[in-house]
Amino acid sequence: MPGSLTLDLRIPSELQQIEGVVEEIVRGCADREVDVQALGIKFKVALAEALSNAIICGNGEDARKEVRVRVDVRDDVVIVEVEDEGQGFDLESCTEDPTTPENIEREDGRGLFLMRALVERVENFRAGGAARGNVVRLTVRHPGRAGHAA
Amino acid sequence: MPLHVSRQGEVVVVEIEGQLIVSNRQELKQRVLDEAETGARKILVDFQRTGYIDSAGLGVLVSLAKRLRELGGDIRLANLNDDLQTLFELTKLDTLFQISDSRERALETF
Repeated sequence: MPGSLTLDLRIPSELQQIEGVVEEIVRGCADREVDVQALGIKFKVALAEALSNAIICGNGEDARKEVRVRVDVRDDVVIVEVEDEGQGFDLESCTEDPTTPENIEREDGRGLFLMRALVERVENFRAGGAARGNVVRLTVRHPGRAGHAA
Repeated sequence: MPLHVSRQGEVVVVEIEGQLIVSNRQELKQRVLDEAETGARKILVDFQRTGYIDSAGLGVLVSLAKRLRELGGDIRLANLNDDLQTLFELTKLDTLFQISDSRERALETF
């Protein structure tokens, strides 16, 4: 990932990791002068969804498998890449709308929808080089860093 | 996610402290189902001290609403801040739940 890499975390595929990792990323962004208050909870929810997707769908909750999270803070966006060891999925084909009358009472099926609704861009691709898995990349616009033009 | 459960008349009030997410949603589900098992039919979830909710947390609320309604009861929500309200609006779950500004108002109309 080009730019100033600010965080690079590796965690076991355990759901109990999610809350702490979300807080660590938010704290890391705040330390790098991102106005995290202005982002509200949308950043946290999108992060939690991406981590949950990687742990459950990508790695099958197998704690021996790793999820890698890289965070790049730029002047007006934060880019987060969440990489699992799974085979990946076709993001473009995941278009089911959980808000329709047929789906509204379903317990599942809101994760990708929320990610797309809460951040500026959601992409996925196969990791390159020696990396093995699938990467979901979130691009989150923020109001700017103190002392920098937004 | 500590859960604080109390009774206000026939309404069981469940206050969620912290996050309601995939790693702890079963705790809420089991607690509410346990209350329903012992006869509770009116559940009020108070989000006054809740940080954020993910899709799994929203899903559990939907699942509990279906179950309570099957039993002739209901689950209602109170004290959503603006961010949480936005989550419910984005997912249109604000159409599935009765949402009140405060616990007191919810209890008055339950």
